[in-house]
Amino acid sequence: MSLLRAVARRVATGLVVWWAAATAAYLALLAAPGDTVDSIVGDGADTPQIRAQIIAEWGLDRPAVGQYLDYLWRLAGGDLGRSYLRQRPVAEVIGEQLAPTATLAVTAAGLGVLLAVTVAVGTAGRRRRWPRRVSSGVELLLVSTPSFLIGIVLLSVLSFRYGLFPVAGDQGPAALVLPAVTLALPIAGLLAQVLRDGLDRAWDEPFVLTARARGVRERTVLLRHALRHALLPAVTLAGWLFGILLGGAVIVEQVFGRPGLGQVTLNAVTSKDMPVVLAVVTLSAAGYVVVNTAADLTYLLVDPRLRRS
Amino acid sequence: MAPLLAVEDLHVTFDSPTGVVEAVRGVSFTVGAGECVAVVGESGSGKSVTARTLVGLAGAGARVRAARLDLADRDVRSYRPRDWRRVRGRLAGLVTQDALVALDPLRTVGAEVGEVLAAHDIVGRRERAGRVVHLLDEVHVPEPGRRARQYPHQLSGGLRQRALIASAIAGEPALLIADEPTTALDVTVQAQILRLLAERRATGAGLLLISHDLAVVAQVADRVLVMRDGRIVEQGPTGRLLRAPQHPYTRQLLAAVPSASSRGRRLGEPAQVRDGCAVPVLRRTPLPARPVVRPDDAVLDAVGLTRRYGPHTVVRDVSFRVARGETLGLVGESGSGKSTIARLVAGLLAADAGTVTFESARWSGVPERTRRPLRRRLQLICQDPLGSFDPRYTVGRVVAENLDPGPDRTDRVLALLHRVGLGPDLLHRHPRSLSGGQRQRVAIARAIAPRPSLIICDEPVSALDVSIQAQVLDLLGELRAADGTALLFISHDLGVVHHLADRVLVLHDGVVVEQGPVGDVFSYPRHDHTRSLLDALPTLVTAG
Amino acid sequence: MTVTLGTTPTAVVAATLVTDPPAPARRRRGRPRPGLLAAGTYLILLVVAAVVPALLAPGDPLAADPRAALTAPGAAHWLGTDQLGRDVWTRVVHGAGHSLTIGLAATAIAVTGGVLLGLLAGLAHRFADEALSRSFDALSAFPLLLLALLLITVAGPGTASLIVAIGIATLPHHARVVRAQTLLVRRAGYVEQAVSFGLSRPRLVLRHVLPNVIGPVPVLAVIGLGEAILAAAGLSFLGLGPQPPSPEWGAMLSEGRNYLQVAWWMTVLPGAAVTATVVALTVVGRHWQARFDGRQH
Repeated sequence: MSLLRAVARRVATGLVVWWAAATAAYLALLAAPGDTVDSIVGDGADTPQIRAQIIAEWGLDRPAVGQYLDYLWRLAGGDLGRSYLRQRPVAEVIGEQLAPTATLAVTAAGLGVLLAVTVAVGTAGRRRRWPRRVSSGVELLLVSTPSFLIGIVLLSVLSFRYGLFPVAGDQGPAALVLPAVTLALPIAGLLAQVLRDGLDRAWDEPFVLTARARGVRERTVLLRHALRHALLPAVTLAGWLFGILLGGAVIVEQVFGRPGLGQVTLNAVTSKDMPVVLAVVTLSAAGYVVVNTAADLTYLLVDPRLRRS
Repeated sequence: MAPLLAVEDLHVTFDSPTGVVEAVRGVSFTVGAGECVAVVGESGSGKSVTARTLVGLAGAGARVRAARLDLADRDVRSYRPRDWRRVRGRLAGLVTQDALVALDPLRTVGAEVGEVLAAHDIVGRRERAGRVVHLLDEVHVPEPGRRARQYPHQLSGGLRQRALIASAIAGEPALLIADEPTTALDVTVQAQILRLLAERRATGAGLLLISHDLAVVAQVADRVLVMRDGRIVEQGPTGRLLRAPQHPYTRQLLAAVPSASSRGRRLGEPAQVRDGCAVPVLRRTPLPARPVVRPDDAVLDAVGLTRRYGPHTVVRDVSFRVARGETLGLVGESGSGKSTIARLVAGLLAADAGTVTFESARWSGVPERTRRPLRRRLQLICQDPLGSFDPRYTVGRVVAENLDPGPDRTDRVLALLHRVGLGPDLLHRHPRSLSGGQRQRVAIARAIAPRPSLIICDEPVSALDVSIQAQVLDLLGELRAADGTALLFISHDLGVVHHLADRVLVLHDGVVVEQGPVGDVFSYPRHDHTRSLLDALPTLVTAG
Repeated sequence: MTVTLGTTPTAVVAATLVTDPPAPARRRRGRPRPGLLAAGTYLILLVVAAVVPALLAPGDPLAADPRAALTAPGAAHWLGTDQLGRDVWTRVVHGAGHSLTIGLAATAIAVTGGVLLGLLAGLAHRFADEALSRSFDALSAFPLLLLALLLITVAGPGTASLIVAIGIATLPHHARVVRAQTLLVRRAGYVEQAVSFGLSRPRLVLRHVLPNVIGPVPVLAVIGLGEAILAAAGLSFLGLGPQPPSPEWGAMLSEGRNYLQVAWWMTVLPGAAVTATVVALTVVGRHWQARFDGRQH
C-alpha cells in the first residue's frame, strides 16, 4: 500500500538524518584540539584511574572504526555515557532536569500556537487593514528582539516593579508564566505571520469562492477551508519550532534562574563537560528528527493529495 | 410575470493603486425561468465580474451600482453580507471553471456537495449523506456512493465538474450561473457537461452561461450577449446573432474562429465588410500562396517512437514524417502524449525506442554534441512564452540570443520584430510588461531568427483570446509561406488544426489512431476516437 | 523529509511577509515609504558607527569614570553610564563594529558555503543530490544555539568560535534555498529553450542557470545578516562571545542585567540597538525581495 510505503520512507529518512547528526557530533569531539581523553575529562578531576576508565568506556585504545561503531551501538542502546565531572551517568543528569524544561517548552509551544492562530484569524482578510498593519509590526518586532531582552523587560516590569510574578525559581504555576510567555512571544510572532499569509493565500483560491457562493458564513469558510490550508505550511515549521524551544529554553532558564536542561547544558559548556554536551546535542537532534518526521506524517494525513503513489 | 433575473444599467468599479478600474459599465439584461442566456466575451470584458456580482461576490474593493438588480422578485441592491448569504446557493448557484481547484482539495467530494445542505439547513444531518449521493446521481456521476467518499484529485476532470454542478444545484437555486464551466475540459467531456447544464432548464431553472467561446454557448443558449470592455455590444437570439451579426466586434469574433472553412484565409481583420452592408459577413482575405510541398523531401522522419514513465507508456510506436514546408497537425486530448512527442522530436527527451532523423542526419540516440550544429534548424514555440524567456532579458536580448553575433545584430533583431508585427519601441522592454499576444510574437521572432527548416509549435495559441489567436495564426500562416518553414503544430483544438495543417495525426492514449490529409481525416474519419472528437466539437453554423 | 521551509525565523519572515498586501512592490512607484526610509537611514548610521565610530561618539568606550557610575540619561551622558561610569552611548556606537563584524563574517561563511553546496546539490545527479540534501537535514537537526554550544565547548569561547558556529548553523538554510532555486531554474522553460539555440552545457549553465540562481542570494544574505546578529547577541549574552570589557551589544546586555533595577538604560539601550538592526535589515531585505519577485514575473 502506498501510504504504508510513504510512512516507511519518511521514518527511514529520519533515521538516516539522525545517524548523520550523531556522526557529526562524534566528529566534533574527535576534531577538538588536544587529546580526546582531555576533552572528555574537561574540568573534572584528572587521575590515571579516570583516564583509564575513559579509554575503556570510549574504546580509545581500539581502531577508529571500532570506536565509532561502538559509540553508535551505545547510543542506539540508550547509553549516553558518563559525566566525569559529576561522576554520574549522563542519562541520570539529563533525566532529572528534563521535566521542568519539557513543562516550559510545551506550555510555551501551546501558548505560542494559540496566540498565533487567534491573531492570524483575527487579522486575515483584505478588509482589516489597520489591525493587520499593527499586528504585522508587533510581530516583526517580536521576531527581531532577542528573547532574553523580552524576558528581562517582562521581569523588570511585572516582577520587580509590580511584584506580580516571582523573580526566579520554578515554584508553582505562577513562576512558569513569565518564562513561558517570553518563549512563546517570538514563536507566536513568526507563526502568526506564516498563518496569516497562508490564510490570505487560501482566501484567493477558487475553492473559497465556491464555498462562499454556497452561502456558507465567512467565518466558517475561514475556519473550515482556509485555516486547514494555512496550517499545512505551518506544520513544516515544527522542526524549527522544536529547535527554537530548546535553544530558547537555555536562554530563558538563564534569565529566570529556572532549573532545567538549559542550565545543565550551560554549566556543562562552561566547565567543558563534553559527555553531557554531546548527549544534549545528540538528543536534541533526535528530538528534531522525531518532531519533523511526525510533522511529515501529519502532512500526509491532512493532505490526501500526497497519498498518491 | 417578471423575469427571474433583471439587471439594468449595472456598473462595477474597483479601486486599484493606479486608479479606478471600471470593469462593468452599464450592463442590462434579463434571464427568464427555464431560459439559457449566454454571456460571451474575451478576457477583460467584464463577463466574470458580472456573473459574480449576481451572487454578491464581485470581489474585494468592488463598488456595485445598478438601476435595477432583481433576483426572483427581490431587490438585492441594498443587500448586506448576511442577506447575500441566504441568496447564495439557494436563489443563485455558481459553477466555476476547473473543478480541481474549485473543490477544496483537503475535503471529500461528499463534504463539499453537502456543505450547501448544511449551510442552509436544507436536510437534517442524518439524511445529508443520502441526499449527497442522490445529487451526484442526478448529475450522472457513476458509483455516487463511492465517489462521495473520495477526494477531488481522485476524480477525472469531467467527474469533478459534475460534482461541482451537484454542489451548485443542491440548494435547488432558481438561477444557475456557470462561469466558463467547460474551459479546462477535453472536447468530448465538454459536450457532456453542456448537455448536463442544459438539462437543468427542464426543472424550470434559469441558466446564465459565461464563456469566451461562441461555439460552445451556441449549442445550448437561447440568447447570447456579447460583451466587450464592460459593455454589451450586441445581444439577441442565438440563431439570429450567429447568422446576421450586427456589431463589427461580433463579426470579428465570429471570423476569428478557425475552422475548415477558414483554410488558406486570414482570421483577423475581416474589415472589408462595412457596417450595414448586406454582403455576407465573413469575407476573409486569402493568405499568401505557399510553395508546393514535395512529400518525398522529408525534413523530419520519426519511426516507432516509444516513451515510458515508470509503468506507464505515454507514447507507443508513433511514426510520422514532416515534408519540407509542410504543416503537420498533431491533435489529441490531454494526456494523449502530444507534448511528450514534441519533446522527443525536439531532442529534449530520450526515446525508449524508435529513431528520429532530422535533415537526413541521425537526431535521436546521439550525444547532444552531435546534434548541436543542427540545433538551430529546429526551433520551438511553446504555450507559455513568458516562461521560455530568461527573466533577466529584454525583448531585444531574447531575440538576439538566437542570432549569430555581429555588428548589425540590433538591425537584424529590429527586422525580425518588424516581421512579426512588433515596433522598435519594444526592443528594450521586458517581456513580462507585454501582452500575451505580443509575448507570443516575440517567441515567434526568436524562433524564425536562425531560419529554421522546422518549428515545433506546442499549443502556441491555447492561452490566447480568440481574436489574438487569430492574429497569431495569421502570422504563422504568412511566415511559413514566405520562408517555406515546416511546422509540427500541436493542439487540442481541432478547429485550429483544420485551419492550419496540411496533414493531421490523431493521437489517443499515446497511439496514433489515424493520420492523413486534414480534409480526409476530418471529413471521413475512420477511427471511432476521431469520430467522437469531431462529434463533440461545437461548430458554428454561420453565414458565409 | 518533504518541504522543509526556512529553518531560521527571519528567513521565514522574509519568505512570507513579502506577500502581505501593504508590500512595497504593490505600491505605486515614487510613493514615499517611511518605513523603508527609516530602515535605510538607520543602516547607513550603523555602517558609519562601525567604520568611523568617532564621528558619532568621539569618546573612548573603555574610559571608566567611577565618580559618574550608573548616571541616568541626562545632559552629560545622554544615554547614561554603566557601573564603571563608562558612557553607554559611546559603547553602543563602538559596539556596532563588533556586532556587525561578527554578523557579516558568519553570514559570509553561511552564504558562501550555502551557495556552493546548494549549487552542487542542484546541479548534481540524483544520488549526490540526495546525499547532500540529507546532510543539510542532519546539520539543521541541531538547534542553532546547541550547535554553537557544541562548537564552543570544543574550540573554547571567543569571537572566532561564535562566528564559525553561527555560520555553520545557518548554512543549511542557504544551501537548501539555493538548491531549490537551482532545480527551479534548471527545469525552467527558458533553459530548455536555450538548448535549442545550440548552447553547450557549460555555456548554458554560465549564461542562464548561474545568474538566475545567484540573483536572489544578496537578498538572502541581508536577511541572514539580521539572523546572525540576533544569534550572536544571544550567545554573548550567555557569556560565550567576546569577553568584557569589549563593548559588544550582547556582552553589554549581559553585564547590564545585573544592574537592571538601578540602571535600566544599561540593558534596554544595547537591546534596542540589536532589535532596531534586525528590524531594519528585515525591512530592507523584504523590500528588496518583493522587488525581486516582481521582476521574476
